[in-house]
Amino acid sequence: MNTPPSALPLNLMALFPLILLAASAVVVMLAAAFYRHPRPVMMLTLAGLVLSFASLFLSRGVGSRQVTALLVLDHYALFFMGLIVAATFVVAVLCYRYFGGDESRHEALYILLLLAALGGGVLVASSHFASFLLGLELLSISLFVLIAYPRFTEWPLEAGIKYLILAGFSSGLLLFGMALVYAQLGTMQFAKIGTMLAAPDQVLELYGLAGLALIVTGVGFKLALVPFHMWTPDVYEGAPAPITAFIATVSKGAMLALLLRYFLVAGAYQSQPITLALSLVAVMTILIGNLLALLQDNVKRILAYSSIAQLGYLLVGFLAYGGLAIEAVAYYLTAYFVTMLGAFGVVTVLSGGLNDGSDGVAERDSDRLADYAGLFWHRPWLAGIFTAMLLSLAGIPLTMGFIGKFYILTAGVEASLWIPVVALVVGSAIGLYYYLRIIAAMCVHDPKAGSVPEAKFAGTASLAESVTLAALTFLLIGLGVYPTLLIQLLETTVVHLAGVPEFLALTGSL
Amino acid sequence: MILSALIFILVAGGLLSWMADRWHPGSAKWVALATVGIELVLTIWLWLQSASAMALPAHGGWFAEIRAEWIPRFGVSFHLAMDGISLILVVLTAFLGVVSVACSWTEIQERAGFFYFNLLWTLAGAVGVFLALDLFLFFFFWELMLVPMYFMIAIWGHERRQYASIKFFIFAEGSGLLMLVAILALVFVHYHSTGVLTFDYFELLNTPMSPSAELWIMLGFFIAFAVKAPIVPFHTWLPDAHTEAPTAGSVILAGVLLKTGAYGLLRFVVPLFPDAAGYFAPVAMALGATGVVYGAFLAFAQTDFKRLVAYTSVSHLGFAVLGIFAWNPWSLGGAAMQMIAHGISTGALFVIAGILQERTHTRDMSRFGGLWSVMPRLAAMGLFFAIAALGLPGMGNFVGEFLVLMGLSSVSSVLASVAAAAFVASVVYALALVQKIFHGENTHGWQLHDLSGREMATLYSMAAIALWLGLYPQPVLDAAPGIANGPPAIAVAHQEGNAE
Repeated sequence: MNTPPSALPLNLMALFPLILLAASAVVVMLAAAFYRHPRPVMMLTLAGLVLSFASLFLSRGVGSRQVTALLVLDHYALFFMGLIVAATFVVAVLCYRYFGGDESRHEALYILLLLAALGGGVLVASSHFASFLLGLELLSISLFVLIAYPRFTEWPLEAGIKYLILAGFSSGLLLFGMALVYAQLGTMQFAKIGTMLAAPDQVLELYGLAGLALIVTGVGFKLALVPFHMWTPDVYEGAPAPITAFIATVSKGAMLALLLRYFLVAGAYQSQPITLALSLVAVMTILIGNLLALLQDNVKRILAYSSIAQLGYLLVGFLAYGGLAIEAVAYYLTAYFVTMLGAFGVVTVLSGGLNDGSDGVAERDSDRLADYAGLFWHRPWLAGIFTAMLLSLAGIPLTMGFIGKFYILTAGVEASLWIPVVALVVGSAIGLYYYLRIIAAMCVHDPKAGSVPEAKFAGTASLAESVTLAALTFLLIGLGVYPTLLIQLLETTVVHLAGVPEFLALTGSL
Repeated sequence: MILSALIFILVAGGLLSWMADRWHPGSAKWVALATVGIELVLTIWLWLQSASAMALPAHGGWFAEIRAEWIPRFGVSFHLAMDGISLILVVLTAFLGVVSVACSWTEIQERAGFFYFNLLWTLAGAVGVFLALDLFLFFFFWELMLVPMYFMIAIWGHERRQYASIKFFIFAEGSGLLMLVAILALVFVHYHSTGVLTFDYFELLNTPMSPSAELWIMLGFFIAFAVKAPIVPFHTWLPDAHTEAPTAGSVILAGVLLKTGAYGLLRFVVPLFPDAAGYFAPVAMALGATGVVYGAFLAFAQTDFKRLVAYTSVSHLGFAVLGIFAWNPWSLGGAAMQMIAHGISTGALFVIAGILQERTHTRDMSRFGGLWSVMPRLAAMGLFFAIAALGLPGMGNFVGEFLVLMGLSSVSSVLASVAAAAFVASVVYALALVQKIFHGENTHGWQLHDLSGREMATLYSMAAIALWLGLYPQPVLDAAPGIANGPPAIAVAHQEGNAE
């Protein structure tokens, strides 16, 4: 794509959110090099994220722009970037006390967080295989380090190695798939692939189809879809709680947004076998995720399997394609972000925190079900927030999760995807059991007649954490009762996906 | 306006009593009592007004309505309306609200604020269900009332509360999701034929559908309501939940939550899918008759007081289902009457079970015996409500069951005679109940104090209502005419369905 010289300032302006993210990573690194103190570093990080978020509105004014062949800054990308930046902000706030606050030297963490957010931003805006891989690797490599950041304890290291191996493997599959698609069509741009496939006599041959299947597999690993989900519970359990929140939200959300763009723009939705395979994967993901969650006794593992099931629900909306599908996926993803951040936020606040392991810090997070016994009566607000988050995951009214599930079901029913829809209903019914188990554990009357050491609940939330959790809960309930605010935002932004054939965008506009 | 106030008062009262308990321990019950008191006064005032109220011109029989946009993207509106049947059910809900606050007065000592919050929110959800005329809003309230009910059973319940509460929640929620899919299918069938995306009840009436689609969608609704009502193969959650719930929970479950299922059949299943309901009616009626007989027989076999009463609910609600699917003015009037009378008589039996349990810490009937000599007042009330439940003439249950059987016999005399056989079984279980608990020697040496003034006031007022319903049922039958008298199109379809 030839960019006329006069468009350069506008292109730069459109790229501002990404540029600001990269710049703040550099600034934070320099600041940490000269003044090793976590508090100012964290403040700088937060400021960078806020600036980047604000510049989204600037880019929005520029309108939908293709910046080089690699990136497209349309409203779809901007919406998901906003989601990623906001989630990173929450994670950064949650990290501070957890990693030891002022006492410890965890400045590098914030650089990595910013880089990971940058990777997510590049992913949702990419329109080319090259930028796809670039964003993915930026995100994954930052995540290896983030997961294993408390390097003196055993669990995070194990989780980091597991993630490293599987992420490397899935990147390999992705690359091979991209190569095969390139071998057939000779282009790596999503839009060009789409136009070539839209030609009447052009279909994916064996090469291209195998390539697409490999790409879906590679993405499936990242999204933890069944049967590529094995790593999830171990990594979720081993990683520090705020980083788990990051993996569950930013990493998965960015991948899903990218996959949806690829399917719609590059015309992969027309491929019958792939759609069939994805439906099967969705059904299996929902059922197996929910069933395996029943067997867990660890809250982080339950949430891991729950997030597997949630991705299965998202896939049902995804498979509807069309404008309504984009809206449904975007709403559900927002609800999922808020909920997962809130749930892992509570786990973070309850955990003593992991730092450099010098003085008797907790070896692991408070994540056993027994740690939550009677929480309702000791820490009512925290337990209330956790309950709200769990009910939202279960899709109970008054929460965003309910509207999200409604959206997904609407998209599924509209596209007549009966089997995935039934799987969703069955899966949700199964899922209630393990959510209720956590809630029931929290409202146990007298766990062994008050023998609970008070110290178990000693992890006190910092002011920033309390404010963040309260804001998340407020969002959860506010947008659950009056979802129109978010729906209007979605209608004006996310459905405008550059390069989608018009007929697709129209089928869903009701 | 008044309709949203009916819901809002309960919601605000719930929050207030939770707060009040933090500031002033012990004040929560007063706030709760005031809330349900105001609610009851308002609903009775509405009932008195309704006689003179002008029916809304657009839809005959609706005497209050409110509509506001909520989620315009999906054509969802905040649409409440009240006709006769919703009015009497709301009155019942408010009255049982007062009863349940009164019977928790001394039973609930721990975390009273949160308890009354849950109680009032359950009631708010039920009132919402009875008033909502937007299918999305209906579903919203339908799910919303489950959560506080879950907490009531899970926190203040008896020995097996975890099992019972989770079972209750999964049954209700799972079937609810099935209904959501059916609602969406109906909405999209309507959208594809008219181009209007709406969840509004009036607009979705008379949606043209292919017979197979209609049957499938109707089944989605039917199963959700059948779980709640409960109709026989879907009833297994009920004995557990009723038995393990605290007294107020049992009263609300039996008196109000079960009615939402029957109400849903009456309001949604038959009017929205007249052909499919007509086609399906023989099956539904057979299930209803099975429930009547099966519930009565199982009730007889129980040793747990509350479990016995729970099974009688299965039997009594079976009559309501029979009446609804027989769909003629007599049987519908009978079904409405049965819903109200069952709410009062079963509610009272649960209150009595609760009073006994509070004093003796057991519900096992073999451990009672000879209580008449110790607690004559309670025993008299127990006898009164036991014979009310068995359907003695002069009580509300008799009127309901009689009208249902009368209406049913014109549709299916076989089912009518099967259901009538349950009268025998119900005499057996009711008298067995009285016999085991109150008659005989006081072999266990119980020394219990009789009813307090509060308990007497509760039970006497319930007894008075049961008698009033039995002796002068006309006000209730008047209040439910809209459905009973005006279903011409449905009745015709129904007759055709039966003729096949």
